[in-house]
Amino acid sequence: MNVRAACCVVAAIVSLAACQREKRDFEAPTKAVTPPPVRLSEIQPGAISTKTSLEGKYEDNAFALSEGKRLFGWYNCTGCHAHGGGDKGPALMDRVWIYGSEPAQIYATIVEGRPNGMPSFGGHIPDNEVWELVAYVRSLSGLASGMASPNRSDTMHVKAPESNVEAQQPVTAAPSGASERP
Amino acid sequence: MTGGLHDVEAPAGAQAQAIAQLWHVLLPVCTIVFVAVLVAVFVALRRAPRATRETAPDVSSLSQPEPALARAVWAGVIVCAVLLLGLLAASVFTDRALARLPLEDALHIRLTGYQWWWEAQYDDPAPSRIFTTANELHVPVGRPVIVTLVGADVIHSFWVPSLHGKKDLIPGRPQTISFRADRPGVYRGTCAEYCGYQHAHMVLYVIADTPNDFAYWAARQRAPAAKPASALAQQGAELFLQKSCAMCHAIDGTGAQGRNAPNLTHVASRMTIGAGTLANSVTNRAAWILDPQQFKPGANMPSQNMAPDELAAINAYLGTLQ
Repeated sequence: MNVRAACCVVAAIVSLAACQREKRDFEAPTKAVTPPPVRLSEIQPGAISTKTSLEGKYEDNAFALSEGKRLFGWYNCTGCHAHGGGDKGPALMDRVWIYGSEPAQIYATIVEGRPNGMPSFGGHIPDNEVWELVAYVRSLSGLASGMASPNRSDTMHVKAPESNVEAQQPVTAAPSGASERP
Repeated sequence: MTGGLHDVEAPAGAQAQAIAQLWHVLLPVCTIVFVAVLVAVFVALRRAPRATRETAPDVSSLSQPEPALARAVWAGVIVCAVLLLGLLAASVFTDRALARLPLEDALHIRLTGYQWWWEAQYDDPAPSRIFTTANELHVPVGRPVIVTLVGADVIHSFWVPSLHGKKDLIPGRPQTISFRADRPGVYRGTCAEYCGYQHAHMVLYVIADTPNDFAYWAARQRAPAAKPASALAQQGAELFLQKSCAMCHAIDGTGAQGRNAPNLTHVASRMTIGAGTLANSVTNRAAWILDPQQFKPGANMPSQNMAPDELAAINAYLGTLQ
């Protein structure tokens, strides 16, 4: 009896979680989503605000994550970051973050660009697509919902699917010279 | 949208003609068989003995065989076998007729199916003469065309009923279909294999031109995009590169070299936009750029946040790309 009750509770939780997972927004938001302040320092005056962003807007949503995966190839992120393993650009599937792992920080990285080679895509990519890319980039190191992360590729599989990645505790690394990076 | 002939019964090529002939054999034969079966069923129902509760069961056929019944069964089997063999033979001869198209001096086109549009690359031994267009094939009348079919993502199917039968575009497995248009005209085709949400909005127009018209069209398609003549179009050309358009679309002769969406070098010369979703008019283009999802939900082109003057400039520029 206890097992059955537990099953019911689990099923209820899973079905609640699944609501967000399959939601599809074909209509883009009419106005741009303003990114929250990008915090690169943990020191803040007054009360510490840790919630930085629109976390959860796309990270629990399977469609947005798979769109992010498609755009990651279409917009040639793979040209430098490969499929997450890194090449000219740093690896994205490890726990090391140079400019921060929070969604707002990744948003800023994409939109504003970063020194040492990351181009600035602001204005070239619609706002909601940047957020889809942010969610997908986070899923590469397991920071997005494992239930919603893509579990297959449309093309040849070059690595384990994002849904299988263990969540990795982000650590911040000082930017090193581009030549030292793998 | 823009009409175009879409009719198996109105063939415009030798192969479609053969397929229409096969249809004109199959339809009457199958109709006769269907009607005969229905008549037999109704006759049997009508002649069935009406028994009451007290009537003893009729088991006479156990003791004495029924020659008439055996004759009827044999006649039925033989008629079925003859008809089926006849249809089989008709089908084999049609297949042979389809394969018999002479292919000397054929035009080679590589047609790639994407969700949900078509990309056509006109091959040529000289690489500088290869050009790419989308959602519209122009072919010269009377000259055979060999189309290499490539599926980019899922299985699609090429079907222009007035010219030929169907053939699938299977990812990783290119195959060819050849046809010849014998009359000038606009022939409409669709994707004939369900390929996702906007399968119905995946239309391909085949326009059969006279050889002179075709040569003129091909020469224009090979040229890079026209330089914008007006100030507004010039502004549009710059915006095209500054905004998100160039991330996916290519315009030959400019910095826009995206390869994920239809090539727009000569977009104004096409009849439709969105793979047959809308007629290619100024107002439709503007509405499409602003919010394609309104017309083709799920298509990969995102809605744009664009100021009205920017939209007008980009639309004016696209209008000059003849």
